[in-house]
Amino acid sequence: MSFESLQDFIAMGGHGPFVWTCYGVTILIIFYNIVQPIIRRKDVLKRLNRNLKRESNS
Amino acid sequence: MWSFFHKLGSPRWFYDIGGKWLPWFALAAGILLVTGAVWGLLYAPADYLQGNSYRIIFVHVPAAFLAQSIFMMMAVSGAVGLIWKMKLADMFLKAVAPVGASFTFLALFTGAVWGKPTWGTWWVWDARLTSMLILLFLYFGVMALQAAIEDANVAAKACAVLALVGLVNIPIIKYSVDWWNTLHQPASLKLTEKPTMHPDMLIPLLIMIVGFYCFFAAISIMRTRNEILEREKRTAWVKALVQTGGRNA
Repeated sequence: MSFESLQDFIAMGGHGPFVWTCYGVTILIIFYNIVQPIIRRKDVLKRLNRNLKRESNS
Repeated sequence: MWSFFHKLGSPRWFYDIGGKWLPWFALAAGILLVTGAVWGLLYAPADYLQGNSYRIIFVHVPAAFLAQSIFMMMAVSGAVGLIWKMKLADMFLKAVAPVGASFTFLALFTGAVWGKPTWGTWWVWDARLTSMLILLFLYFGVMALQAAIEDANVAAKACAVLALVGLVNIPIIKYSVDWWNTLHQPASLKLTEKPTMHPDMLIPLLIMIVGFYCFFAAISIMRTRNEILEREKRTAWVKALVQTGGRNA
C-alpha cells in the first residue's frame, strides 16, 4: 500500500483533484458505452417487433 | 481459410458467435479493469518526479492506445468492405466510430488534466496533442458522414474512404514525440525495447491496457449485433429472432 491513511489516499499528495477527475470521467465514459448499446438493442427489438405485427395484420 | 473468411462475412454467423463471446469479454474486462485500477491507485509506488499525478497514466495510455487502434480497425474493415463488398465490415465500421471518438476524448481529457500539475498548462498546440485532436475530428467526420447519407451502401463507401485517408494521421500521432520538440513525454511502452518503467508501475498499466481492449471487444460486439438486427431486418432469421424477444429459438 502506498498510502498511510484514507485521507492520504484521497489527497494524493495534493494531486487528488486531478487524479480523481480523470478516474471519474473514465467511469462515466465506460458507463455510457455499456448502457447505450443495451438501450439501443431494446429499442431496435421493440421497433422491429411492432413492424412485424403490423405486417402480419395487414 | 476461405470458408472461415466467408463465414466471418456472414452477419448471422457473427451475430451468433459474438453473442457467445460477449459475456466472456465482459467478464474479463470487469476483472482486469478493477484489478488494474486498484493496483495502480493503491499499490503502485508514487513517481519520484511527478508524485501521485502520474497515476492518471493507468487510464490515459490505455485510452490513447484504443483511440488509435479503433481507427486502424475501422480503416481495415473499410478496405475489406470496399474490396470484397463485405456488409459485416461496413456494419462494424459504423458501429465502433462513436466508441473510438469517446476514447479519443478520454485520452485528450485525461491528458489535459495530467498536463496541468505536470507542465503547468492544460493545453499546448504541439504535435502530439494536435494530431490527437485531429483524430477526434476524423471520428466526428465519419459519424457525420454516416448520419448525412441516407443510402446505407453509399454511406459505408464514403466512411470507408474517409477512414482509409485518415489513416495517414496514425503514424503522425505515433512519431510526433520523436519528430518534433514537444512537452509530451516519449512513449512509456515500446514493443521493440525493454520497458523503462518499473515493473510495479508497468504491470498494472499492462493489465489496464488488456482490460480496455477486452472492454472494447465486448461493446463492439454489442454494437455490431445491434447494427446487424437493423440492417438485416428483412431476413427470415432476424424476423424469427425478433418474435422471441431477441433470444435464439
